[in-house]
Amino acid sequence: MENIEQRVKKIVAEQLGVNESEIKNESSFVDDLGADSLDTVELVMALEEEFECEIPDEEAEKITSVQQAIDYVNANVKK
Amino acid sequence: MSFSLEGQVALVTGASRGIGRAVALELGRLGATVVGTATSEAGAADIDKAIADAGMKGAGMMLNVTDAAACEALVGEVEKRFGVVGILVNNAGITRDNLAMRMKDEEWDAVVDTNLRAVFRMSKLVMRGMMKARAGRIINITSVVASSGNPGQANYAAAKAGVAGMARALARELGSRNITVNCVAPGFIDTDMTRALPDAARDALLGNIALGRLGRPEEIAGAVAFLASPAAAYVTGTTLHVNGGMYMS
Repeated sequence: MENIEQRVKKIVAEQLGVNESEIKNESSFVDDLGADSLDTVELVMALEEEFECEIPDEEAEKITSVQQAIDYVNANVKK
Repeated sequence: MSFSLEGQVALVTGASRGIGRAVALELGRLGATVVGTATSEAGAADIDKAIADAGMKGAGMMLNVTDAAACEALVGEVEKRFGVVGILVNNAGITRDNLAMRMKDEEWDAVVDTNLRAVFRMSKLVMRGMMKARAGRIINITSVVASSGNPGQANYAAAKAGVAGMARALARELGSRNITVNCVAPGFIDTDMTRALPDAARDALLGNIALGRLGRPEEIAGAVAFLASPAAAYVTGTTLHVNGGMYMS
């Protein structure tokens, strides 16, 4: 089983069409990885599906970087 | 250019009569799996039978579009039974005509709730699947009166014009995901809704129609089918007027 960091990065790569090697933990979706606002909504949808959870809108707005996504999953998803 | 809808799942609200029924059957004829909704069980059964009799895939289902929970459940069921909705036709609509001076809040609210708010609700529910599929067609049935105005229909004209504005916003929001959002604006079509008009009003309206006759529901269905088809891939944010020349912009 891959760890959460790897799973998050894989989803980010697929969703934003970037190479996994370009994705760093501190990468911002919009500033570093070229995401637009709709991309970030889709990314949250993809995270919800991968980790079988529902991310409330007010939480989703705070997830703007790879590390924040990893932290959210670690804190809120039952393993 | 292809007009085939083979392999697509289409959802048509208000499909038991008039324009909605004609649209559902036309999309089915072009190969789509069609789910048509009606506000009553009898209406849903009727759609079910019409789809089966025509040898098409799909079903009739009951839905009140002003019931948010029911809308969510319905879209879930359609996706479970038939797959992701690729074509949404927001057709369900009501009228509560009255001169503005006499129009009650309830008449305004009922029309705006069904004809505008519910259109957004249904569109939002199918968006997720369409975004993931990187394809989708949202087609709203509006009305000529959104452009021309009509005495006694301040509520209806406002709601329908609202839908057209919303469609343009959604077209811009969703264009990058290959989802198109358009409206078809019927003129004076021979349906139960227009049969309720007094004779004098009908005659006056007919005098203003270049083609000199009422439209048929099938003639609206043809326009919807075009917008749903691969042939209309580059059409978005627009309103296609189908009114026999009753209004020309």
